Amino acid sequence: MSKYETVIGLEVHVELHTKSKIFCGCSTEFGAPPNTHTCPVCLGHPGVLPVLNRQAVEYAMKAAMALNCTIGDVSKFDRKNYFYPDSPKAYQISQFDQPIGLNGWIDIEVNGETKRIGITRLHLEEDAGKLTHVDGGFASLVDFNRVGTPLIEIVSEPDLRSPEEARAYLEKIRAIMQYCDVSDVKMEEGSMRCDANISLRPAGQEEFGIRAELKNMNSFRGVLRGLEYEQFRQGEILDDGGIVVQETRRWDEAGGKTLSMRGKEEAHDYRYFPDPDLIVLHIGEDWKEAIRSTIPELPDARQARYSEEFGLTAYDAGVLTSSKPLADFFEGSLAFTQDAKAVANWMMGDLLGYLNSNNLELSQVKITPQGLGEMIGLIAGGTISSKIAKTVFKEMLESGKLPAVIVEEKGLVQISDEGAIKKIVQEVVAANPQSVEDYKAGKKQAIGFLVGQVMKASKGKANPGLVNTLLAEVLNS
Amino acid sequence: MSITVKDVQHVAKLARLQLSPEEEATFTEQMNAILQYAEKLNELDTENVEPTTHVLQVSNVMRDDVVKESLTQEEALLNAPEHEEGHFKVPAVLE
Repeated sequence: MSKYETVIGLEVHVELHTKSKIFCGCSTEFGAPPNTHTCPVCLGHPGVLPVLNRQAVEYAMKAAMALNCTIGDVSKFDRKNYFYPDSPKAYQISQFDQPIGLNGWIDIEVNGETKRIGITRLHLEEDAGKLTHVDGGFASLVDFNRVGTPLIEIVSEPDLRSPEEARAYLEKIRAIMQYCDVSDVKMEEGSMRCDANISLRPAGQEEFGIRAELKNMNSFRGVLRGLEYEQFRQGEILDDGGIVVQETRRWDEAGGKTLSMRGKEEAHDYRYFPDPDLIVLHIGEDWKEAIRSTIPELPDARQARYSEEFGLTAYDAGVLTSSKPLADFFEGSLAFTQDAKAVANWMMGDLLGYLNSNNLELSQVKITPQGLGEMIGLIAGGTISSKIAKTVFKEMLESGKLPAVIVEEKGLVQISDEGAIKKIVQEVVAANPQSVEDYKAGKKQAIGFLVGQVMKASKGKANPGLVNTLLAEVLNS
Repeated sequence: MSITVKDVQHVAKLARLQLSPEEEATFTEQMNAILQYAEKLNELDTENVEPTTHVLQVSNVMRDDVVKESLTQEEALLNAPEHEEGHFKVPAVLE
């Protein structure tokens, strides 16, 4: 339908959550006072020697395997040369032609269709420092705490065809990294970052159009909006018979547009060469197998299992497995109730609804898997009605108390005492002669109103099944 | 082969070096001489030889993921020409 086809490739950086930096023993802890986690190695002092952190290599291998990459038998480190104050050495230790992983793929799902996206490579590198611009933009303050934090860069093939696909790809990468437990993958905190290459080409054309590189998209929404804007901008240029300039553009979140970053007269020329300070890595089969055995069940497998084992729809299973905490919560609840579908329904509806509308993460609410599981048990056992359960659920989100405690404290136990309900029914019937008359005249829907009045009078605590039965009894007597 | 003045200017720019026209001429000549000398290596048949990135016959030298003590902020900033609020202070470089 559209005149143009969009082509997107993503470069995703993921901070590995090792305790120490990739080439020295400084802590990677976030939020320390500036320049308190540095040493001669990460400050790039002369004559120092970097020594590779084994854990960083193993996390990178694990991540690469989970993304279906081939792990190189030989891997080495190279220097990427550039001058910028975020890098004290004037080069970044990265990997050029022998990365840890090559030729991977992941499957994404958009609009119910599964699509395979190629992953060109995954390599290990060190993070840069953090700059704060001061003095009206004439000076910068540099904090080198982050320098040397291990990163993996995951480069996709230009297989993505829309901003929605890019977002789905990014979410899948995050989920896989989370499942593998190699990173916190929080875009807002910078432990996962994303750059994009995007171009348009006339529909049906084989050759790619001229691309722009997009930076500074600091959230999933930012990625989606930035790419949508850029897609629109390039379309306008092509419509006017213009030519897209190959350049780096910055997503301006507040302005809702992309801006050209100061033009570079010269293309990047990083002059990569093997880092003479770091020795080659030989990755043997034994080592590969040892790492492979640590990879847990990944999102796709877990989704399939939820459908098969618990009868969840593909959509529900997909949402519940889209983040590890959510999937763990789901399975955690099943230790307290057998009713997996009820757990899924409460999570898909009330839990995610609450999280999304309040822009919260699961870790920011207090409800526990035990709480949800036990609450479902209380409903099944008739202690509380589904309606009261909504109140209990809300209370659990905020206080984290167990449902039995909440029910006790707030006196929410369902009234299943026939005598007590009958008394309310009789009162309601006596107080609403018009509705009773309507009912007797054949307007059967009038009973709905009366049921509502009984529930209201009982503060929602009357057992709805009993109310229906008793009301029918009284009316028909 | 052969390096031109333009190549020298490009490399100088990447390395943030300011060269006089005389220096550019000198370096063009010298770099050409170096490359011609290295050119001799091309006479060797390296068809089945793996590239040598290191001359040491060791591999997989790694350390455990253990946190060691870092420098104090004061020590880290000792060599900084300028610093402010615990940060290195540098002239702004716009990317």
